[in-house]
Amino acid sequence: MDIGKDLVAASATPIVMAILSEGATYGYAINKHVCELSGGEIKWTEGMLYPLLHRLERNGYVEATWEKSDTGRRRKYYSLTDQGRKELAHQQRRWEVVDSALRGIWGSTFNVLLQSN
Amino acid sequence: MKKNLEERIEEWQTYLYQHRAIQSVDAEELEDHLRTQVKALGEVGLDDDEAFIVAVKRMRDLNSISREFAQEYSERLWKQLVFTQHEGGSSKETQRDALVAVGLAIAAGIAIKLPELFGYHLSEDDGGVFFYLRNFSFFVLPFLAGYFAWKRCLSHVTRTYLAVIFLISALIMNILPHKGEGHTVILAAIHLPIALWLCVGVAYTGGSWRNHAQRMNYVRFTGEWFIYYALIALGGGVLIGFIIFIFESIGLDAENLVKFWVLPCGIVGAIIISARLVEAKQSIIENMVPVLTRLFTPLFTALLLVFLVTLIWTGSSIKVEREMLIGFDLLLLLVLCLLLYSISVRDPHAPVGVFDVLQFLLVVSALVVDVLALWAVTSRISEFGFSPNRVAALGENLILLVNLGWSGALYSRFLIKRSGFTSIERWQTSYIPIYAVWAWIVVALFPIIFKFQ
Repeated sequence: MDIGKDLVAASATPIVMAILSEGATYGYAINKHVCELSGGEIKWTEGMLYPLLHRLERNGYVEATWEKSDTGRRRKYYSLTDQGRKELAHQQRRWEVVDSALRGIWGSTFNVLLQSN
Repeated sequence: MKKNLEERIEEWQTYLYQHRAIQSVDAEELEDHLRTQVKALGEVGLDDDEAFIVAVKRMRDLNSISREFAQEYSERLWKQLVFTQHEGGSSKETQRDALVAVGLAIAAGIAIKLPELFGYHLSEDDGGVFFYLRNFSFFVLPFLAGYFAWKRCLSHVTRTYLAVIFLISALIMNILPHKGEGHTVILAAIHLPIALWLCVGVAYTGGSWRNHAQRMNYVRFTGEWFIYYALIALGGGVLIGFIIFIFESIGLDAENLVKFWVLPCGIVGAIIISARLVEAKQSIIENMVPVLTRLFTPLFTALLLVFLVTLIWTGSSIKVEREMLIGFDLLLLLVLCLLLYSISVRDPHAPVGVFDVLQFLLVVSALVVDVLALWAVTSRISEFGFSPNRVAALGENLILLVNLGWSGALYSRFLIKRSGFTSIERWQTSYIPIYAVWAWIVVALFPIIFKFQ
């Protein structure tokens, strides 16, 4: 299923921040995690993920540290800052509004439509 | 032979570095991503080769990654020349390079003030000005040569040769019984920077000055250096304006500070700094000289053609005055530079284009103008006899005549596709030592031949 560029772009920020709220991690692991969470439906390109992480870092929502990985090479780990947590909570409320609105509609009419097709 | 994984990753990295929007830290992060991907694929049974191919494929093409980075970091597309913050190892080298250049610039600034300790002042009333006129090159060009000697790890033999050349020329300028305001000493002072600049080229090319490609590189360097120098000079002019203004506001006269400190030290320091800037940026930024050349070649061609037509139309001839002859020499020199710089950037394999025809027109019209100027000089010589200035003008016109004449011949062969473009390029680079030889003749032999007139 193609999720669409706009929706991917819009949802990427809260998803990344939500994953980071569970603990510090690095780019590849975030990508993998998202893929698993969505059952393989959401696949981000590196060209999207890394600039996004860097933007969050610039905005102060995320901080990055270089640490040694298990292979002994340098790896960049990202974690959520306090400001980032506040922003995440804010984003969460917004998405919940959208989510409940959609559910409200689809729960009644659209569900019937989809099933009848 | 099969490449191993490390070699492949290295290759991939070089591709990555070609994208301006991606900097070394990001590249490291992306590399880590690639490696983890390769490792994960290896764990499910793919061998290194397969894993690498799949991992790279999954990362999509680098162009689109770079585009997304560019959207996030639009400022990176405006290339930062000096103040780019690298992280990691590569910065140490550039930092040291910058330090050496700044150190040498300061040294040149000190050098130009040192003679004051021995009573040679820049102020007008004693012989100081003439001392500086004779020796100006020695306060800066040895430092520039030193910079390149250091940078290119010049061999001891070449270093010694260069040092000897500088020493001998210093002796020529100072030991010979030059007359204070003689024509020969002024001619020598004008030609010395040219002669020594070409010697600095030996250091620039790392000693392999016989190599034609290296010679052309030095020509390119010279052009870019000139642009940078002009820009720094412009900034320096603004600075000086404000120095004078700001001290005037509290009733102090900063004229002497500017004249005897800021100006001389700035002039020599900027020479080194511009060289370092060209070195640092040659691969990063679009070179400026070719752009200017493209812009001005049609304009100068038009100027020369219109001038020649007017000359024929009105039936007048060039005035044989000294200023006029110098002006024409400079004009022809400029034409030569236009020619040289458009050659320096032209792809030798490109087919004949409109610009080549234009270039040919420029050469031919310059040739005609040169013949006219030459005729004017010889008529002046036959009227007034030989003088250092006239002989210098005559020599320079002849040198340009030979160059332009043969360039024109080569160009016409090129236009009718009888020969490749490389022959034109090669002719120009082969000709460079002639300028050096002539400049040295004017510096070293003219004073003796003309008995220090």
